[in-house]
Amino acid sequence: MSSNETVLDVQGLHVDIRTAGGVLHAVRDVSFQVKRGETLCLVGESGCGKSMTSLAIMSLLPKIAHRSARRLTFLAEDLNLAGKKRINDLRGNKMAMIFQDPMTALNPAYTIGDQLTEHYLHHRETSAGQARSRAVELLEKVGIASAAQRLGQYPHQLSGGLRQRVMIAMALMCGPELLIADEPSTALDVTIQAQILRVLADLQADLGIAMVLITHDLGVVARIADRVAVMYAGEVVEDGPAQEIFATPQHPYTQGLMRCIPVPGRTPPGGKLGTIPGVVPSLIGNLQGCAFRDRCEWAKSICQETVPVHASAAGQRWRCIKNQNGAFA
Amino acid sequence: MLAYTFKRLGLAVLVALTVSIIAYLLLYLSGDPAIALAGEGARQADIEMIRHTYGLDRPLIVQYGDWLWKLLQGDFGISVYFKTEVGPLIFDKLKTTLLLGISALGFALLVSVPLGILAALYKNSWIDRICLAVAVLGQALPNFFFALLLIMLFSISWHMLPVSGSGTWQHFVMPAIALGYYVAPAFMRLIRAGMIEVLSADYIRTARAKGLPARSVIFKHALRNAIVPVVALAAVQLGFLLGGSVVIETIFALDGLGYLAYQSITFKDYPVMQIIVLLLSAIYVLLTLASDIANAWLDPRIRVS
Ligand SMILES: Nc1ncnc2c1ncn2[C@@H]1O[C@H](COP(=O)(O)OP(=O)(O)OP(=O)(O)O)[C@@H](O)[C@H]1O
Ligand SMILES: [Mg+2]
Repeated sequence: MSSNETVLDVQGLHVDIRTAGGVLHAVRDVSFQVKRGETLCLVGESGCGKSMTSLAIMSLLPKIAHRSARRLTFLAEDLNLAGKKRINDLRGNKMAMIFQDPMTALNPAYTIGDQLTEHYLHHRETSAGQARSRAVELLEKVGIASAAQRLGQYPHQLSGGLRQRVMIAMALMCGPELLIADEPSTALDVTIQAQILRVLADLQADLGIAMVLITHDLGVVARIADRVAVMYAGEVVEDGPAQEIFATPQHPYTQGLMRCIPVPGRTPPGGKLGTIPGVVPSLIGNLQGCAFRDRCEWAKSICQETVPVHASAAGQRWRCIKNQNGAFA
Repeated sequence: MLAYTFKRLGLAVLVALTVSIIAYLLLYLSGDPAIALAGEGARQADIEMIRHTYGLDRPLIVQYGDWLWKLLQGDFGISVYFKTEVGPLIFDKLKTTLLLGISALGFALLVSVPLGILAALYKNSWIDRICLAVAVLGQALPNFFFALLLIMLFSISWHMLPVSGSGTWQHFVMPAIALGYYVAPAFMRLIRAGMIEVLSADYIRTARAKGLPARSVIFKHALRNAIVPVVALAAVQLGFLLGGSVVIETIFALDGLGYLAYQSITFKDYPVMQIIVLLLSAIYVLLTLASDIANAWLDPRIRVS
C-alpha cells in the first residue's frame, strides 16, 4: 500500500432524519477524502451535521436516520454494498471511533481490561493473555501509569481524562486504518483537553493512520489538521489544506469562524471575540441556494439560487458566489 | 461491600424481631384467646383452666419472651387442631411450597426474559405487541380458570401430566405454570423498559462501534445492565408466590403451606398461624436482604468503591 493511498472517500453523502415536523436533512451532499497519515478536521457550529457524518461512515446512525451516498468507500471497498456482517468485521478492527463523552461511553458493568480486549479477541484469533499484553502496551502508549493494574478496574474508578485515554487505547487495539474522533475532548476539563488532543495527534502521526477529528476548537485545528472541512447547515461550505484555509479563508462563514479565534498578542485580554450574528436555518425541507445567506454580509439576491463551487490551484474549494479575488461570479 | 452486608443484616434482624412481636400479638387480634380456644358456650371455669394451661394468665411480655425463647431453641409449640408439634408439621409443607414458588418463578422468568428482550428490540412494532399480548394473557385469565384449563388440556385430553398430588416433579409442572404465568407480565414489562433504556445508552453504541456481534451487544452489554432491577423484583415476587399460592395449592391438592394456613385460620389454630406468619415474614425479610446484596453485588459502582 502506498503511503498516500486514500483510506476514506466520501462523495455526495446525505443523511435524512424522519422527524415529526418532516424530513430533516442533517447532512447534504458532503464530500471529502482522507489519505493515510492524514488528519482531516471537521469544524462547524453545533447542529451542522458533524456527528451525523461520522456516524454515517461508521454505519452507526440511529434507526430514524437514513444514509445515502454517491460514493462511500473505505480502503477501496464500497461501504454502500457492505452487509451487516462485513460492517461488523471492519468496525473496531479497521475503522474505529472515539466518542464525545467518556463518562457514558464505557459499560459500567465490565472492567477496563474486559472492554479493551473483547473486540480484539473477537476480531483476532488470539489468546486472552496476548490480548491483555496488547491492552497494557496501548494503555502505556496513551500515557496511563501502572497500566496492568488498570485492567482490573471499573470505569467508575477512573477520572474522565483517564477514561478518554482508555477509549483511545480501545479504538487502537486492532490497529485501525481509520480513526474517527467526535469531539473527544469537549466533555473534559479544560486542563485535560489539551493532553487528550496531544495524545491523539501524537499517536496518529506515530502510527500513520488516517484520522477524522471533529472539533469546535479552531486553535486545535490550526495545530494538528492537514486538511480542514468546514460544515454549515449540513453542507461542507469550504475545504482544503489547513494552511490554505487559515491563510486565505474564502467562504464568509469560514472567515467569520476565524475571527472567533483568540490570537495571542493581538486579541486584548478580555477583549471581545468576533461572533457570527444570526441563527442556523432549519434543516427540515429543501434549502434553495446558500444556507448562510441570512447571516452573510455579502449576500446578494442571486444567493437564493444555486451556488457555484470555486476551487483554487492549491486545492481549496468553497461554495460561494465570490471567487478567489473576492469578485462575484 | 462487607460493611454494607453487615448493616443490611442488622436491619434484617430488627425487622424480623418486630414481625415476631406482631405475629405473637395475632393471638389477641380477635379478643381473648382463651375464650376463643374454649369454644362457644364454655363455662367460666373451663376458660380459666385453658388460660392457665396455655400460660395466658402471665404478663404479655413474659408470654412473648417465653414463646420467642422456645422458638429460638427449635420448640415451635403444639398445634391446637392437629395435636402434633408445629415444627415438623410446617417444615414438611414448606418444602412443597418452596418448590412450587421457585419453579413458578423460574417459569415466569423463562417466559418473560426472552419476551421482554424481543419486545425491546422491536419496540412499538407488531412483534412488541404480540410479546406483550402473550405475557399479559397470564394475568387476563383468573388464576383458577387458567389452572383448570391446563388440567383439561394436559391431564384430561392428552394424559401428559397428573391432575393432583405432590409425589413427583411432574406434579409441579402445571401448578408452577399456572402460578408463574400470573407474575410473568410484571417481569416482562420491567425487562422491556430496562432494555429499551439501556439499548439507547452510549456504551451500547461503543459496543457496536467495536464490531461486536449482535448477541454480544444484546446479552453481554445490554441485558447485564437491564437485569439488575429484575433481581430485586424476583425476590419480592418469590415472597408473593410463597404467600399467595393458596388457590393453586387447593386446586392441585398440593399439600403446602398455603393450604395449611387456610386450615389454621378456619380452626383458630393460633400456634400454627403464628409460626406461618413469622416464617413467611422471615423468608420475605431474607429475600429482600438477598436482593439488596445481589443488587449491590451486580453493580460494580457499589461493589467496588
Ligand atoms: N435523533 C435525532 N432526531 C432528530 N434530529 C436529530 C437527531 N440527531 C440529530 N438531529 C439533528 O441533526 C442535525 C445534525 O446533528 P449532529 O449531531 O450531526 O450535529 P453536530 O454538528 O455533531 O453538533 P454538535 O457540535 O452539537 O455535536 C441537527 O440539526 C440535529 O438537530
Ligand atoms: Mg456532535
